[in-house]
Amino acid sequence: MPPKTKNPLPPGNYFFEGNQACAEAAIAAGCRFFAGYPISPSSEIMERLSWRLPEAGGVFIQMEDEIASISAVIGAVWAGARAMTATSGPGLSLMLENIGYAIITETPCVIVDVQRAGPSTGQATRPYDGDIMQVKWGSSGDYQIIALAPWSVQEVYDLTIRAFNLAELYRVPVFVMSDAALAHLREDCRIPEGVDIVGRKKAIGAPHFGTEGPAGVPPMASFGEGEGLILTGSTHDKFGYRKTQDPNIQKDLVDRLNEKVLSNAKEIIQTEEHFLKGAETVVVAYGLVARAALAAVKEARLGGINVGLLRLKTLWPFPKEEIRALRARRIIVPELNRGQLVREVERVTKVEVIYVNRVDGEVMGPGEILEAIKRG
Amino acid sequence: MEATWKKYLRKETLPLPFCPGCGHGILLGAILRAIDASGIDIKDMLFVSGIGCAGWIPSPHIKADTMHVTHGRPIAFATGAKLFNPRLKVMVVSGDGDLASIGGNHLIHAARRDMDMVVVCANNEIYGMTGGQLSPTTGLGAKTTTTLAGNVEPPLDLCRLVEAAGASYVARSTVFHLEHLVGILKKALSHKGFSFIDALSPCPVQYGRRNLYASPAEQLKDLEKRCVLLEKARGMTQEALKGKVIIGEFVCNEKGG
Repeated sequence: MPPKTKNPLPPGNYFFEGNQACAEAAIAAGCRFFAGYPISPSSEIMERLSWRLPEAGGVFIQMEDEIASISAVIGAVWAGARAMTATSGPGLSLMLENIGYAIITETPCVIVDVQRAGPSTGQATRPYDGDIMQVKWGSSGDYQIIALAPWSVQEVYDLTIRAFNLAELYRVPVFVMSDAALAHLREDCRIPEGVDIVGRKKAIGAPHFGTEGPAGVPPMASFGEGEGLILTGSTHDKFGYRKTQDPNIQKDLVDRLNEKVLSNAKEIIQTEEHFLKGAETVVVAYGLVARAALAAVKEARLGGINVGLLRLKTLWPFPKEEIRALRARRIIVPELNRGQLVREVERVTKVEVIYVNRVDGEVMGPGEILEAIKRG
Repeated sequence: MEATWKKYLRKETLPLPFCPGCGHGILLGAILRAIDASGIDIKDMLFVSGIGCAGWIPSPHIKADTMHVTHGRPIAFATGAKLFNPRLKVMVVSGDGDLASIGGNHLIHAARRDMDMVVVCANNEIYGMTGGQLSPTTGLGAKTTTTLAGNVEPPLDLCRLVEAAGASYVARSTVFHLEHLVGILKKALSHKGFSFIDALSPCPVQYGRRNLYASPAEQLKDLEKRCVLLEKARGMTQEALKGKVIIGEFVCNEKGG
């Protein structure tokens, strides 16, 4: 029997692992549908939601595979749900085609990616920043998604809630980029009294797949509301009719799917600054690695080195203006991969960019970042 | 006077995009006749379809909520929508390649769950839209663009597959047997649980002309020759049933749902 917990969870401090915090945040954010398929190291999210969602009046289903999971999520969203799935790199690979479907149909949904070491099955229980590019480029065509990178259990909670709100605001899939270490790390997680929730924008009779402006977000009806919704993964006009031979409709749709996110980058992007004023060296980091980076920066500053940290809470859209605004002479980018986001940093800055990488499935400690800072 | 079921069509989307002689228009008409006769409010209905010619049977022609999704996945999308809003009356219409090949896993598991939805397989025994390639229901010996010397793989009997998986209503009919087909669709619409209909619908352009049918009409008439009603088939020998397609209700378990 699952433990008895009332919903919403009473406010207070909880000793949660990342996956538990994620599941509770989803419920607090109004998520009432979850479809998933077991995969390490994400499975605790679905295990918890299998009993917590029915308690909250929601629906849980374990599907036959990841393809079916994301499909069911999209179907439920159009039936009116706020919905989520959770997976890891190999499962995400299976979801990619229908993530493209969510993008072109502008379906708000949340995908939690608890990353593990790859390629392929790789190391199922070891942390890795392996999917930074997979979430951005994995599906076909040109598109924008939103990806958030928490660095603590508390932030897994906070950013999962934010992910639901951003999904509604921009009608786009939003990724929460956790990893095997954060998923099972236990620490304090403060559950607040109330949570701000962004509702779905409704407009009876309005076109649901286009806007007057080139970067707008259309209102969204649900099945069963009498709107006669026409959904398709093919290129479509603002009413949803397939228009697969008209170059202008294709161009306007692709441009708007991208611009509705890019033109709102300032509202979407969140970064955190530590000791940036006058810093000659800046470490740009995200996720759990950023904790090691902050420890390294503090240690180096005790030794008199003028170094700061820019922590990226949003990975996509990429915070290029925030990187360009840095007045550093060199930038260090530590990552649990052979260099993924670092290449985006290189693309937007003219200063020297240094890679610090770890690919052995171990977490990164402050030591290796400190060494890079000292080498300066 | 216009037939009453035609009110469910989005007139601005006509004419239908199907090739001359295609059975899919007849199947669309049969679905709408069954809905009209069932007294279901079409506003409560959600039609989900996949990729291929059959994906265009409901989308965008039926004046209701329609969801045209990725190849093979309509049952999985439909499962999510139905579970979150059980008031929706959900019908999946898709082809044999979509439902039985790339989407075969979803078909099996929706049947196992006895998900309350109607799944209509517009079975033309070929991949029509992509140019006439072998499908999992293509008959032995049939010529397709990927089996020029004739198909050597035995076809899948979808009705037996979903019955074994747990579907509580399973039937087969064809667009030649229109009244029979409409009757089965009506039964499926009123059934609570997973209803599967294997609806044979000939493809004269990609299948017929490569397999020496003189005309679309001849191909339709061949359905009459090939098909045997289940009730009649029960009294026939295996020898006599060789090469025949049995049509009728195979499973009707009212405890479903």
